[in-house]
Amino acid sequence: MGTYLTAFIVGGLFCLVGQLLFDLTKFTPGHILSGFVVAGGILGSLGLYDRLIQFAGAGASLPISSFGNALVKGAMSEAARRGVIGVLTGMFELTSTGITAAIFFAFLIAVFFNPKG
Amino acid sequence: MSPKAGKHSILFDAPPYLASAATVAGPREGQGPLGPDFDLIYKDLLLEQKSFEAAERKMLADACALALEKGNYRLEQMDYFLAGDLLNQITASSYCAAKLALPFFGLYGACSTLALSLALGAILVAAGFATNVLAATSSHNCSSERQFRYPTEYGFQRPLQAQWTVTGAGAAVIGAEGQPPRITAVTTGKVVDFNQNDPLGLGVAMAPAAASTLLLHFQELQRNPSYYDLIVTGDLGKVGMALNRQILARSGYQLDDNYNDCGVMIYNPDLQQVESGGSGCACSALVGLGHIWRRMQEGELKRVLLVSTGALHSPTTLAQGESIPSIAHAVALEMGDGS
Repeated sequence: MGTYLTAFIVGGLFCLVGQLLFDLTKFTPGHILSGFVVAGGILGSLGLYDRLIQFAGAGASLPISSFGNALVKGAMSEAARRGVIGVLTGMFELTSTGITAAIFFAFLIAVFFNPKG
Repeated sequence: MSPKAGKHSILFDAPPYLASAATVAGPREGQGPLGPDFDLIYKDLLLEQKSFEAAERKMLADACALALEKGNYRLEQMDYFLAGDLLNQITASSYCAAKLALPFFGLYGACSTLALSLALGAILVAAGFATNVLAATSSHNCSSERQFRYPTEYGFQRPLQAQWTVTGAGAAVIGAEGQPPRITAVTTGKVVDFNQNDPLGLGVAMAPAAASTLLLHFQELQRNPSYYDLIVTGDLGKVGMALNRQILARSGYQLDDNYNDCGVMIYNPDLQQVESGGSGCACSALVGLGHIWRRMQEGELKRVLLVSTGALHSPTTLAQGESIPSIAHAVALEMGDGS
């Protein structure tokens, strides 16, 4: 359902919120980053984030809030299958691709390149 | 002995000489408006070392060697080595001191280290405990970013009040004899804390410290800002410089065109994207020992007040929600007899 236009607008709105938080508040980049993850998790638990992804495609699935959504979704679906322990085992089920990719590519880059600045 | 001119200031009876000075600078600083004043400009930030920390040590060692060479001094003639930098355990200075093997006082005054080391060096010489003192300081943009802020890889967005840590090092020989300028007076600052806690706006945190030390200097030595051809603060940047002006104006001291800030002078603000300006130990060092020392040698400046400013926080205390205490020290440099 997502189109280039809705992805552009929704993705841009995410960035606008982040930029305003950065410019107008005393939050550090770390605070803002975790804030987005938590907000994505809360929206995800209410079932709203998936509807946003349906509407805006990559505009909603690319920002870091999508990571929070994926954490909650993985935990909830495993919890439904396996009970309380599923909250722990499912947390990284959907996000493991992103985490593993980040570690793997960071390692690869660090092996081959040195920082220039 | 020189009598104290007040609780914070000393006016030397026999002012020591700032007999030799040398500066080495990173590529970005070399491209700035003061580039021609530096003795050595490196092509890159690593200097063929394996880390930025090692590169900073090399800069400091190069600056020391150049300062000795320019003044025709031998290392053995130095009675003390005073140095400091921004790294944990001031490692750039300590490793450099290990090679020099001189009696060493390691200093930490953050970006105020240049004025701090010149002041202590002058006190040692004036008191007769040393004939020559080697004073040096360094900072490196990349090692500072790693320690105090964010690594480049993080892609962090710099706000407009942010400052750019200067890459470079400066060294000076303070001697009982030699060529002017002379260090005629020093004012030791006190730590002030106005509850600022933005590590990206250190100019704002340090401006009250600069104002406090300037006020003490003017009052205790009964001097006006117009006594000096140039008053420079260390690294307040555009934002902190304006604030310092305001604070002093409220206290009845108007800083005019003879006031500038090393952080504002060292880069070209229109071309170099440094936001509020430069910072770091090397900011005062490059401007003070490079630009100003040369202008004094060439007779363009006769009386200069150098006020290096330092923010004394650590990343740990900031993460614990503490504010940023700051300090500033003032050193008066004068041509001629001075006394």
